[in-house]
Amino acid sequence: MAGEKRLHVVTGKGGTGKSTVAAALALGLAAQGRTVLLCEVEGRQGIAQLFDVPPLPYEERQVAATDDGAVYALAIDAEEALLEYLAMFYRLGRAGKALDRFGVIDFATTIAPGVRDVLLTGKVYEAVRRRDEAGAYTYDAVVLDAPPTGRITRFLNVNEEVAGLAKVGPVRRQADSIMTMMRSQRTAVHLVTLLEEMPVQETMDAINDLNAATLGVGHVIVNQVLPSPLDDAAAERVASGALTPAAVAKSLARVEDELGPSAAEGLLLEGHAHVARQRLQSHQRAVLTEAGAPVVELPHLEDGVDLGGLYDLGGRLVEGGVR
Amino acid sequence: MSRSRTRSRQVGGSTTADAATVLDVDAIIDDPTIEIVVCCGAGGVGKTTTSAALALRAAERGRKVCVLTIDPARRLAQSLGLTALDNVPRPVAGAGADGGSLDAMMLDMKRTFDEVVVAHASPEKAAQILGNPFYVALSSSFAGTQEYMAMEKLGQLHAEAVADGADGRRWDLIVVDTPPSRSALDFLDAPERLSSLLDGRLIRLLLAPARGPARLFSAGFGMITSALNKVLGAQVLTDVQTFVAAFDTLFGGFRQRAEATFALLQDQGTAFLVIASPEPDAMREASYFVERLSQDAMPLAGLVVNRMTVPAFALDGDDAHGAARRLRGRTRPTADDLVVASLLEVHARAERVAERERRVVKGFAAAHPRVRRVELASLATDVHDLDGLAEVGERLAAASSRV
Repeated sequence: MAGEKRLHVVTGKGGTGKSTVAAALALGLAAQGRTVLLCEVEGRQGIAQLFDVPPLPYEERQVAATDDGAVYALAIDAEEALLEYLAMFYRLGRAGKALDRFGVIDFATTIAPGVRDVLLTGKVYEAVRRRDEAGAYTYDAVVLDAPPTGRITRFLNVNEEVAGLAKVGPVRRQADSIMTMMRSQRTAVHLVTLLEEMPVQETMDAINDLNAATLGVGHVIVNQVLPSPLDDAAAERVASGALTPAAVAKSLARVEDELGPSAAEGLLLEGHAHVARQRLQSHQRAVLTEAGAPVVELPHLEDGVDLGGLYDLGGRLVEGGVR
Repeated sequence: MSRSRTRSRQVGGSTTADAATVLDVDAIIDDPTIEIVVCCGAGGVGKTTTSAALALRAAERGRKVCVLTIDPARRLAQSLGLTALDNVPRPVAGAGADGGSLDAMMLDMKRTFDEVVVAHASPEKAAQILGNPFYVALSSSFAGTQEYMAMEKLGQLHAEAVADGADGRRWDLIVVDTPPSRSALDFLDAPERLSSLLDGRLIRLLLAPARGPARLFSAGFGMITSALNKVLGAQVLTDVQTFVAAFDTLFGGFRQRAEATFALLQDQGTAFLVIASPEPDAMREASYFVERLSQDAMPLAGLVVNRMTVPAFALDGDDAHGAARRLRGRTRPTADDLVVASLLEVHARAERVAERERRVVKGFAAAHPRVRRVELASLATDVHDLDGLAEVGERLAAASSRV
C-alpha cells in the first residue's frame, strides 16, 4: 500500500466538525480493508459520543468492524501516557509511583510547559510504529482527532521545542524521532473548515504555519456543504430584485390559497439572505483554492450524524483522495 | 387528551417567550454594580463578536468600557482599531455616548508575561528569567499560558480601572472574551494549579537540590532525582532548576494575584455569560460551563444562543415542499414559478433546521430550567465594523425584551 498515509492528523477550527470528519475518515479507511486506530487527545470523549459507546478508558477498543478492516479507538490521557512511558522506557515501576506522590506527574501533565503535548504526540508515535510479533504494523493507519487549527502547528511541532531544550539524552532522541515521523511523506495534516470567513481565514493561516514548520499539508476538507436549490440565474433574479413580491404572490396563489402577501415577502427575504450567504460561500471557496492543497467537500447531513452518515462521509473522503 | 397536553406544553414551556427565564442583557450592562462581564463558550459560536457587541452597546449607554479580546477575527480587530499589538487598551474611535467610552485590547500573552517578570523581579533576576530557555518556551508557545495571562491581565485591568477613585475611574466595566481553551474553563483553574504547584513537594525539591535534601524528603528522594535525571537528562534538570529558582519569588505574587482575580470573578460585581450556538456539541459545552460555574460559585447571568435559524414567515416545511412540487408539476410552469418553487425549498429547509435547533435548545432548558437565556437569529453575513457590532447589540437587547 505504498503512498498511503500512515498517520492522518485531522484539525479544524472549533465548530467545524473535525471530530466527525476524523471518525468518518477512520471508517472510510476501514471500509477499504484497513485496520485503523482513531485517537483523540482532548479528553472530550467525542469518539464515544459519535460511535454511541460508553466513555473510552485509556485502552484501545474496537468501535467498528468492516468486512476486512476495523476501527479501534483510544482516548489518550496525558497522565496515563506518562506513567506508561516511564514504565516502558525506564522500567520505573516504583519510582513512577513515587513521582506521582511527589506531584511530579501532576506537574508534568498540567503545569510544566508543553509536556502534555509531548506525551500525547509520543503516544501517537508509539501507536504508528507498533508492530506485531510477525513484524507487521499493528495498525495500517492512525487517525488523530487533533487539537484545533489555532494550536495545531504548535502541537505537532512541540518536539522541536523539546529538542531545543534537551540537547542530548533519551528525551532528545525521542523528540527527534517524533519530528521525523511528523515530517514524513506518510503523515498528512488535514484541515477541516466550513465555507465561512473565520474558519477559512484560520485554515489559510494554519497552512502557512504548517508549511513554515515543514509539516505536510494533506487535504482541505470543506464540511457541511449545502447545495442550493437555486441555480445561478435564479439567484441573480432574487438578488437583483427582478423577482417582485407581486410575482411571488402570483405564483404562490397558484398552489397555496391560504397564504397572505406576507408569505411572498417572507419568502423573498429568506431568498435574499440565502443568496447572500451562498455568494459569501463561493467567495470563501475561491479563497481556499489559493492555498494549493487539494480540496474535498462533504455534504451537510440533514438528520444529524449517525453511523450510516459517517460511513457515507468516510467513503467520500477516501474517494476524494484522503487515504 | 394527549393532544391538549401537547398544546399546553408548547404555550407554557416554549423557547424565548417566558419572562422568568429571559436574559435581559441591557439590565446587566446598565447595572452600575456590575464591573466585569465574562463571555465564555466553545470555539466558533460567536463569542468574540458577542463580547465586542456588548462592550460597544454598554459604551453607547454611558459606561466607560474596556473590552479584552483574545483572538479576534482580523477584520473585527481592525474595526476596533486593534492594529497595533502593544498589549494596552486603546480608545476605539467613534464609540461611546452619554459620557461612555470604549477601549479595546487584544491579549499578547508573551508580552503580558514579560511585563509581569519585569515589574516584579529585580533587574538582574528579570534578565536571568527572560533569557532562560524554559521561560522562553513557557511564555511564547506552550498551551495553558494564555489562560494564566488572561487572568493576570484581567486583574491588572481591574486594578487600573479602580485606581483613580470612584469618580475619575478610567473604566467602570470590563468585558472579557475568554480563550478558546481545549478544556473550556482552564482559566478558572489557574490559581488552584499555581497553588498546588507551589505547595507541592516538587518545587521544594527542585529549589533545594544541593542542601542535603535526602534528610528532608525521606528515602524516596534519591530515586526521584535519579529518575528525573534519567528521563530529562542532567542539562534539562539544571535549566529547570535555574528557572524555578529565579522564578521562585515571582510565583508567590502570581498566586496571590490569581487568587485575587478568582475572588473578583466570584464577586456579585461579575456576570458570566455563556455563549453557544444551537448545535448539540456547543450546547453540551454550554451545559458543562453552567455546571462548572455553579460548582465554583461564579455568578452566572445566563446563556446567549447565537445563530438561531428563524424562518421569516410561518409555513410548515412539509407544506412548503408540497407547494414547491405542485408549482414544478404545473403543465406549463412560468420562469417565476420555478424560482418560487426553489425559494419554497429554501424555506422548507430553514423550517427543518429551526425545528432541530429548537429541540437542542429545549434539551438545555429542560436540564437547566433556572438559567436565563436569550436567542439570536443568525446573520446573513459576518460582522466586521462598528455598525455591524451595534446591530448585534441592538438585536441582543431586542431579543431580551421580546417577551
